[in-house]
Amino acid sequence: MNAAKLILKRTIQLTSAIAIASALGACSTSEDTTASADAADFGPKAIVKIDGSSTVFPVTEAVAEEFQIDTKVKVTVGISGTGGGFKKFCRGETDISGASRPIKQKEIDKCKEAGIEFIELPIAFDALTVVINPANEFAKEMTVAELKTIWGPEAQETIISWNQVNPAWPDQPLKLFGPGADSGTFDYFTEAVVGKSKSSRGDFTASEDDNVLVTGVAGDKGGIGYFGYAYYEENKDKLSAVAISEDAGKAGVLPSKESIEDGTYTPLARPIFIYVKKSAAEEKAHVKAFVDYYLANGRPLIEEVKYVPLPAEDQAAVVAHWNALKTGTGFVGGKSEVGVKIKDLLDRVR
Amino acid sequence: MSDQKVASSLKDIDSVRTMIKRAKFNDHLFGMIGLLCITLILITLLILFMDLVIDGFPQLTNWDFYSNFPSRRAARAGLLSALVGSSLVMLVTFVSAVPIGVGAAIYLEEYAPKNWFTEIIEVNVTNLAAVPSIIYGLLALGLFVYTFDFGNSILTAGLTLGLLILPIVIVATRESIRAIPVAIREAAYAVGATKGQVVGQHVVKYSAGGILTGVIIGMARAIGETAPVITIGALTFIAFLPEAPISTTPPFLNFEWLTSSFTVLPIQMFSWLSRPSSAFHVNAAAAGAIIILVTLLMNAVAIKMRYNIRKKIKWQ
Repeated sequence: MNAAKLILKRTIQLTSAIAIASALGACSTSEDTTASADAADFGPKAIVKIDGSSTVFPVTEAVAEEFQIDTKVKVTVGISGTGGGFKKFCRGETDISGASRPIKQKEIDKCKEAGIEFIELPIAFDALTVVINPANEFAKEMTVAELKTIWGPEAQETIISWNQVNPAWPDQPLKLFGPGADSGTFDYFTEAVVGKSKSSRGDFTASEDDNVLVTGVAGDKGGIGYFGYAYYEENKDKLSAVAISEDAGKAGVLPSKESIEDGTYTPLARPIFIYVKKSAAEEKAHVKAFVDYYLANGRPLIEEVKYVPLPAEDQAAVVAHWNALKTGTGFVGGKSEVGVKIKDLLDRVR
Repeated sequence: MSDQKVASSLKDIDSVRTMIKRAKFNDHLFGMIGLLCITLILITLLILFMDLVIDGFPQLTNWDFYSNFPSRRAARAGLLSALVGSSLVMLVTFVSAVPIGVGAAIYLEEYAPKNWFTEIIEVNVTNLAAVPSIIYGLLALGLFVYTFDFGNSILTAGLTLGLLILPIVIVATRESIRAIPVAIREAAYAVGATKGQVVGQHVVKYSAGGILTGVIIGMARAIGETAPVITIGALTFIAFLPEAPISTTPPFLNFEWLTSSFTVLPIQMFSWLSRPSSAFHVNAAAAGAIIILVTLLMNAVAIKMRYNIRKKIKWQ
């Protein structure tokens, strides 16, 4: 047999094997797609394209999953991070972008250049949770000032022991774990604690994977770290949360649904957002239907993935904001703000 | 006088014997060290693999895991879109990288003149194999996604991974072509074969085993790649399949799937691994075990094919 033929034959065999395998895969769900053909009012080509923050991902994924079951409209969700998501959004590649921080002025300008108008919708709260090792009994309550002493840029290589932060605490080496500088969580935490976004000491173990931070703090008696509430909730047996007090005189508040809803967990409760492309909301019925669904049915899903839904009146304000298709951001100059009220935020958009 | 000679020769024999003994001992020692090395590697791999299998066992034995789409609930989440995504991306990779890679290698080895220019190409091709995969991702983002406007599609991913394995295919093909004895070529020329016939009917035929091995090892590398695929915008949540490439109604083949968005196995695994809930880590372990299994399977196929092809070759 001729060699070229042999290779060709093998190629065909392999190719057809793969093709059959994938066709089989397709067959197993073909029932859904045929059934959906008449169920969907949006046409079989309707796709809602979403990308953005990994913090918002669990909520959007849950909504997308349910929406797809109910309406058969296809939804795709990617994780490019808040910044990466906005890049795609402002190039017109996606309909919706998830964000764990407000859109920045630079990103607003990019969108403007491309002629993309957006609607900013806060969808839930996340509690940034400061965690310590369960064996650490002394620092169960901390003030924002103490956190600043630990995490501020001045602390670099000088604050290396717990008793340097508070003389009442033992001489235990301080081991710090935190998210990397690209993350929205890092931006918000530094803004809220140090007072300036991205201003932080650099000598800590940084990881984009929060599970690494969990393992780090759980394995070190002097460990301290911070991340979104969901990671604490799932690892309660390995970590303790720190009660945060705004000023030295005030009692510490632990992160919880209640303390976020009544506004006492400050300054580490942060809103998370979705940004919707205005033209998509107007022209694509399936995108509008998805956001309607998000706002109407999101609450139980948000709780299921361990985030905190907005208080009822704020939620109503967001729905009204969405129905009026008000474009633009409520953050002045695209700057993040700590402890901002949702209502004020929406009112600022005219 | 003669006594002395005998004594000295006996002494020589003794020293030779001890020398042989020492050499044999060294042989054994080297063999043992080699065995130790390979055992260490195999045990490490085995422990890693067994760990994944044990952690992922509940999902590996659950049929729904293979036929479900991703979900926010670990028990309901499945691999289907990643399995189909990976298969289709591999199909594009295979179709794009193999003809170009094998063709380039045959040209370089059989047709290209040996001068400084081909020398530079040779060095570069070999170096390309060592370029970090993220670079291919960035190149593909600029070229395929923005310039050619292929979007974040299966086509883009397949071509990107195709580029990535191209040097592997070229190097492997050249190596196996070089292994063909010159005598074979000369014999073919001697009976009046043209260059095309020599290359097609002899050189490529006899090196087909090695070429296939290179191709499949390249594919096995491509299936585990994450960085370049993330760069070009693979998704994390996708709960539908692309159009099937073959259908029962005319025209039987369709290429709409090429433009579809997708996810692949390593991304799915990574996404599960970074979840807060440990229930998802079971899924991640199961996905990891499957990736290793697929890779091992591909390598096994490569070895078997090479064996079969070599068996058929008879140089007489």
